[in-house]
Amino acid sequence: MTTDEATLTSARARPALWRDAKIRGIAYQVVFVAAVAGFIALIVHNAIANIGRQNIATGFGFLHREAAFGIGESLIEYSPADTYARALLVGLTNTLHVAALGIVLATILGTLMGLARLSSNWLVAKLARVYVEIFRNIPLALQLFFWWGLLDKMAPGPRQAWQILPDVFVSNRGIIYPVPLSNPAYKWVVAALGIGVVAAIGLHRWAKRCQAATGRQFPTGWVALALIIGLPAAVFLGFGAPARLDVPVLKGFNFSGGDAVSPEFAALLIGLVVYTGTFICEIVRAGILAVNWGQSEAAMALGLRSSQRMRLVVLPQALRVIVPPLTSQYLGLTKASSLAVIIGFPDLVSVANTTMNQTGQAIEGITVIMAVYLSLSLAISLAMNVYNRAVALVER
Amino acid sequence: MTDLTQGIPIAAQAPRPRWTGALAWLRANLFNGVTSTILTLLCAALIAAALPPVIRWALIDAIWSAPNGQACHGAGACWAFIGEKFRFILFGFFPAGETWRPIAAVVIFLAMIVAACDRRMWGRRLALVWVIGLFAVFALMRGGAFGLSTVETALWSGLPLTLVLAVVGMLVGFPFGVLLALGRRSRLPAVRAICVGYIELVRGVPVITMLFMASLMLPLFLPTGITIDKLVRAQVAFILFAGASLAEVVRGGLQAIPRGQIEAADALGLTYVQRTRLIVLPQALAMVIPALVNTFIGIFKDTALVIIISLFDLLTTAETALSDANWQGFYVEAYVFVGVIYWSFCFFMSRYSQLLEREFNRGRRR
Repeated sequence: MTTDEATLTSARARPALWRDAKIRGIAYQVVFVAAVAGFIALIVHNAIANIGRQNIATGFGFLHREAAFGIGESLIEYSPADTYARALLVGLTNTLHVAALGIVLATILGTLMGLARLSSNWLVAKLARVYVEIFRNIPLALQLFFWWGLLDKMAPGPRQAWQILPDVFVSNRGIIYPVPLSNPAYKWVVAALGIGVVAAIGLHRWAKRCQAATGRQFPTGWVALALIIGLPAAVFLGFGAPARLDVPVLKGFNFSGGDAVSPEFAALLIGLVVYTGTFICEIVRAGILAVNWGQSEAAMALGLRSSQRMRLVVLPQALRVIVPPLTSQYLGLTKASSLAVIIGFPDLVSVANTTMNQTGQAIEGITVIMAVYLSLSLAISLAMNVYNRAVALVER
Repeated sequence: MTDLTQGIPIAAQAPRPRWTGALAWLRANLFNGVTSTILTLLCAALIAAALPPVIRWALIDAIWSAPNGQACHGAGACWAFIGEKFRFILFGFFPAGETWRPIAAVVIFLAMIVAACDRRMWGRRLALVWVIGLFAVFALMRGGAFGLSTVETALWSGLPLTLVLAVVGMLVGFPFGVLLALGRRSRLPAVRAICVGYIELVRGVPVITMLFMASLMLPLFLPTGITIDKLVRAQVAFILFAGASLAEVVRGGLQAIPRGQIEAADALGLTYVQRTRLIVLPQALAMVIPALVNTFIGIFKDTALVIIISLFDLLTTAETALSDANWQGFYVEAYVFVGVIYWSFCFFMSRYSQLLEREFNRGRRR
């Protein structure tokens, strides 16, 4: 009874306030938050004073005013009479365009180079290594200037254009290439392709269930290939194979026909792909090396062919290592597409920069840029996290 | 019936290799099967097609001296352009009579970097070397003392500017990044939230945005009447950016510290500061040194972006040299020259980080 009372009283005798970890923690946080808030308040106060003094307008009202500047290339309808909001939207679509294409191409290039670096062929491995060491160690900005200089300033006029492939020309007007003439058949070919893909996915599911139930394998790969390629091809031939191309022809001082990408777009895309490809190459290589060699040996012992070994044993395990750093490369490429501003490709940053120069509203312009890139980063992270969950190790 | 089991065993022998020496190597590494042979031939064809024109352009047909640009346009490279613009690309607008000062500054930078790479120097001695070195660089570039004429920071350009931006950005950004990383791992929710918010915000936007912010918004944030040097503004942007990048690297190290280390420190009665300074950080930072070097390479390459706020770093001076009316059209030459400089720095540092990684993993490898 007495001992119990003694413990109770000693528990009640609280230590001094400044010795209580909880209270100290709260005090630290209050001080920290107050300091940060005070700093922000000071900045805002100064900004308001400076903006008032320099007669700079505030708020996002400028978005509805006429932009009055032209934009070199655009995926959507735009004229200088449109609003700043529309101009920024054009910039955003251009950013998305180059980033999406860049991510796909950089992944392909990086994966190929990563496999090449691991090749047992000495020459192939060395060439891939040379590619990585050269392009990884030079600033992207410099590489962009290089490609732009090559494609825009050094490239000849249309009359002396370099022909790099049959009917593909490089001149200072951009890269000009042939496109198929539009034909109603193409709609049906695309539809057939869609049906083929859906059918192939269904087939794959069915084959898997079938194998799980009976152990019998079905040649899914070949049948799926036949569905995806054969179906559209059959439709294409059924329409009489209308393969007329719109071929670029030199007429006077410029090409007519075909389609063209501007030197700026081409330089930006090549630069982003070649630069990011080096990092993806190293990620793929590290991912494959991270899979224990014993796994490959076990697969060989089971009698799997080398393609099966790669597809069924090595790759699923390598992807777990590859996907998280790959995500940050995708984010990096998207952010790096903002370097478009230095070679004059009208991406979001470039358009926002022009907007800021015209309106003087730097804070609003930078807010727009930051908001867009943060949402893009978030979207890519989310998508890649969903994918990562699909490939991640399922633990019990 | 009995022959098979009673025979005297023949000593096991490896089959005699069909190929030996260089031929064996060629067969194993270049012509190992049909696919490999085709790949080898394709690569060889690629090299044979690409290498001779490049060598002809760069060496055989190159023009090494010319009075002006018109006389320099030929089939090959015009290295006379680099000879003419060499000083400008490297040191920019620094007063011509004082060129020895940026040269000395670059040499000091290189010496400091070499000293930092020697692991025997790591510790107080290195810190002392760096403090003296940075002071010497500043004194040389800025002048105004020791009988040197004052040179405004607006005239700092070329390689010294690139090095200043990268090195100072890293040096000041590092402690900032460590604090941010500690804040992110803090038990105090308000501190953690603010640090996470800052790190994610800065890492989520392009570096260009930070530069725009520093060049356009920073002047607005300062009290009326105070103006701030353009170089300092860019430097602030790089410090803020480097801090966020380094914080994530340091966080990786902090997360790798076993909990037992922290509990042991607590059991010894160490305070938070003692625990962090004596137990946590030494182990966490040692683990991430290779990653820190890689981050530094990234920051070094990112300094090339200051061209958008028209600071004259190495890339911008090359661009400026290209706009000379007397020497027009030598893009490839200029970019190759500048590219080789950037490449040498980055390649050296990346090899160094790989070396460190191997050394640090020596104990963990089987």
